[in-house]
Amino acid sequence: MLHRVRKTGSRLAAYVLGGVAALAVITPGQAQEFEGVSIDVMTFTGPQIAEPLQRRAPDFAALNGAEVNVITVPFSDLYTKLLTDWATGTNSVDAAVFAPQWMVDYVGPGFLQDITDWVAADEALQVDDIAPFFREFSQQYGGRTYLVTLDGDFQMVYYRTDVLAELGLEPPETWADYVAIAAAAHGNDLNGDGSADYGSCIAKKRNAQSYWMITSIAAGYLQSQGTSQGAFFDTDDMTPLVDNPAFEAALDVYLETTQFAPPDETNLDVGDTRALFTTGRCALTLDWGDIGTLAIDPETSQVIDKVGAVMLPGSRQVLDRDSGEMVECDSEICPHAVNGVNRAPFAAFGGWSGGINAAADDQVKRAAYAFFSYMSQPAQSNHDVTVGITGFNPYRISQFETLDNWLAAGMSETAADSYLGAIKDSLNSPNMVLDLRIPRNQAYQQVVLDTAIARLLAGEIDKAQAMQAIAAGWSELNEEEGTDAQLAFYRASIGAD
Amino acid sequence: MRQHQSFAEWIDRAAGQIMIWPAVLILLAFSIFPLLVSAYLTVTRFRLAPGGFELRYVGWLNFKKLLFGSQQYHLLGTFSALTATDWLIFALAAGTAAWLFVGAVRSGTVGTVGLIGRLIAAAVLLALLLLALAVTGDGAFPGTLVVTVFYVLAGVSVQFLLGLGLALLCAQRILGRSVFRVVFFIPLTVTPVGIAYLFRMLADVGKGPLTPLLAAFGLGEVSWAADPWSARLVVLIGDTWQWTPFLFLILLAAVENQPRDQVEAARLDGAGDWQVFRDVTWPAIAPVAATVVLIRLIEAFKIIDLPNILTNGGPGIATESLTLHAFIAWRTQDLGGSAAVGYTLLAVAVVCCVSFFHFVVRRARAHERP
Repeated sequence: MLHRVRKTGSRLAAYVLGGVAALAVITPGQAQEFEGVSIDVMTFTGPQIAEPLQRRAPDFAALNGAEVNVITVPFSDLYTKLLTDWATGTNSVDAAVFAPQWMVDYVGPGFLQDITDWVAADEALQVDDIAPFFREFSQQYGGRTYLVTLDGDFQMVYYRTDVLAELGLEPPETWADYVAIAAAAHGNDLNGDGSADYGSCIAKKRNAQSYWMITSIAAGYLQSQGTSQGAFFDTDDMTPLVDNPAFEAALDVYLETTQFAPPDETNLDVGDTRALFTTGRCALTLDWGDIGTLAIDPETSQVIDKVGAVMLPGSRQVLDRDSGEMVECDSEICPHAVNGVNRAPFAAFGGWSGGINAAADDQVKRAAYAFFSYMSQPAQSNHDVTVGITGFNPYRISQFETLDNWLAAGMSETAADSYLGAIKDSLNSPNMVLDLRIPRNQAYQQVVLDTAIARLLAGEIDKAQAMQAIAAGWSELNEEEGTDAQLAFYRASIGAD
Repeated sequence: MRQHQSFAEWIDRAAGQIMIWPAVLILLAFSIFPLLVSAYLTVTRFRLAPGGFELRYVGWLNFKKLLFGSQQYHLLGTFSALTATDWLIFALAAGTAAWLFVGAVRSGTVGTVGLIGRLIAAAVLLALLLLALAVTGDGAFPGTLVVTVFYVLAGVSVQFLLGLGLALLCAQRILGRSVFRVVFFIPLTVTPVGIAYLFRMLADVGKGPLTPLLAAFGLGEVSWAADPWSARLVVLIGDTWQWTPFLFLILLAAVENQPRDQVEAARLDGAGDWQVFRDVTWPAIAPVAATVVLIRLIEAFKIIDLPNILTNGGPGIATESLTLHAFIAWRTQDLGGSAAVGYTLLAVAVVCCVSFFHFVVRRARAHERP
């Protein structure tokens, strides 16, 4: 009897061991780290940004076992949706892909997970390959890392090489050049469909992504002494830099471009202007890096190999902060000028980046980090930045240095040189304008600035009233948040200390 | 046994209350409680704080900002000096209100509460009229309050007339009237956001289906979205397309339920279509018509989807409604300002709807009684 029991026990042990061994053989490598973990990631209604996250989620699940659910909301709602979810303790969102400039509002209350050590230990991420601007400005706050960069954002001017060649004009160096080209090209048939097209297409829709455009134009008039001079506020007393001749000059350009634009330009968002430009209906546009890759999409683009890009144009006259007047550029007031033109590339938005809810479960946080790391690793990223629909633009050093991926994506060498050159010039500029990163920056830009500019375009107010409205609105927000505190944030954000 | 009986009796007596309390508690939790919290929000400022948020008491600052401060242009609008015509219109309206009020006092049938209610209604409606006159002159622009009132008055009026017209047509014995009823009903089943996107595509001047037609009439370069009144008109058209079926359905039921014998008797007496409508149909459907307009009024004050999707409130703030105004304030952490806009909307909507109920709906129903 005892023998039978021992024999049965031995058999049972053998079966169990055999089963385990068989499982190990049958499912090699499937001891998945995040098996059964589900991550809810929020971002804006795509297709841009959401598309690569959704497309790569199944591949990530196959690798690590974690299921990624991508939740999308309209861009204008993203900031508050995240804020209310995290501030009220609902915590239904485990991670999000959003604007790095909003980090200041999320880090302070402790909503974002500090991932400094995780990034440092993550060799696959190749963090040193991420360009220093994105590594330090987009990913970090107060010296700690909270975000993983997935996208690199600068606004640039795109032009039709064939149209400019036909008109005998050079790419714009100044905003006056931009307006002149727009005027010359407006009304011509630019895509051969027999109908008149437009000189300039700039997204100017209210409550959308248009409010960065005016800063892109104003930057070259306002900031000439380098990044730490700042283009939004006086770094001594936080006086808004919007009620002065430089901003007025920018508003003049902004209004003038409307004359050479589609009739419904004030109701066009970036998606609309991109479609107009890539279907050959515009000679010029002002946008992020997306145009470069959308223009090589054979299914939608009618301007393949007809697109050039330049760093944002500038001005030969800039604001003298002491006198408050516009003065001609010289080596003292415009130390970074080239050919007498002061240019100040605007790092608008900064690039979509992934952050993790500090209140999520540990395993979920780890899985979310692994997902963002996976998305950002060169194997994925180097491909995604060459595809227009992703909304991801180059941000890794290797993406600028190696043309192979761009050529494989269908870009000609000339187009790739022009596109990557404009981004590199912007990245390397010592006079780069950093986007506003102080508490409630979204209210400063997306409400006060956006509304005043929209009212100006609608004819509800004139230039002087628009400038006064922005200055008053920004000053009011400064007072609400504490002017000294906001000044400290602003100075720290642009390296003025 | 005695105790058991008394408990059973108590249950019997209290059954009504016991049954109704769950509903009351749910109503309190989901309706009254948020109303009280949002009332508190109107006197606070929201700030992020470590681990969550804090609400700082600021008194009437949010209302002051809206009525007299930096957001006055947004809520009330940009004013211009009133012309002589404006003053004349206002004086006529004020005189009419005073005449009606004196009449109510003299009649002796209106109590103190009724008189106070009339005074509040007259004050609010006259203030709205004055505001509308002040923001529609040269160089002036209406704020979200007047734009919302415009959507409500113009929208509900047009929708009522169209709904009544369609109801009268569909009540006729015509071929395929069932098909028409279903077709007219369809827009009501579509979500407002869907309708907004539909109209956005229809009204797209670059690639919309009407573009060739507009180009043929030389309007290819005209953008409805760039002009405040054409943009508001497009919002109004979308709203009308969505809500006319609601009025149509209710009015159709009312028209079909009118006493047939009275209509036939009128016809035998030689009455024409207009006379039948004026003397038989209208008195019969007036109570239903007044009620359905009241329901529509309450709903119309809350318009948000169409201006949000069609124009994002633009050009400028030309198409922004009060609800959209509150929503935009909310999404930038200005919870106090958002709640203040919401309470402004509540006050105006309550005065308008209660006045309409008192002066129109009740009188129509009184007429209905034998």
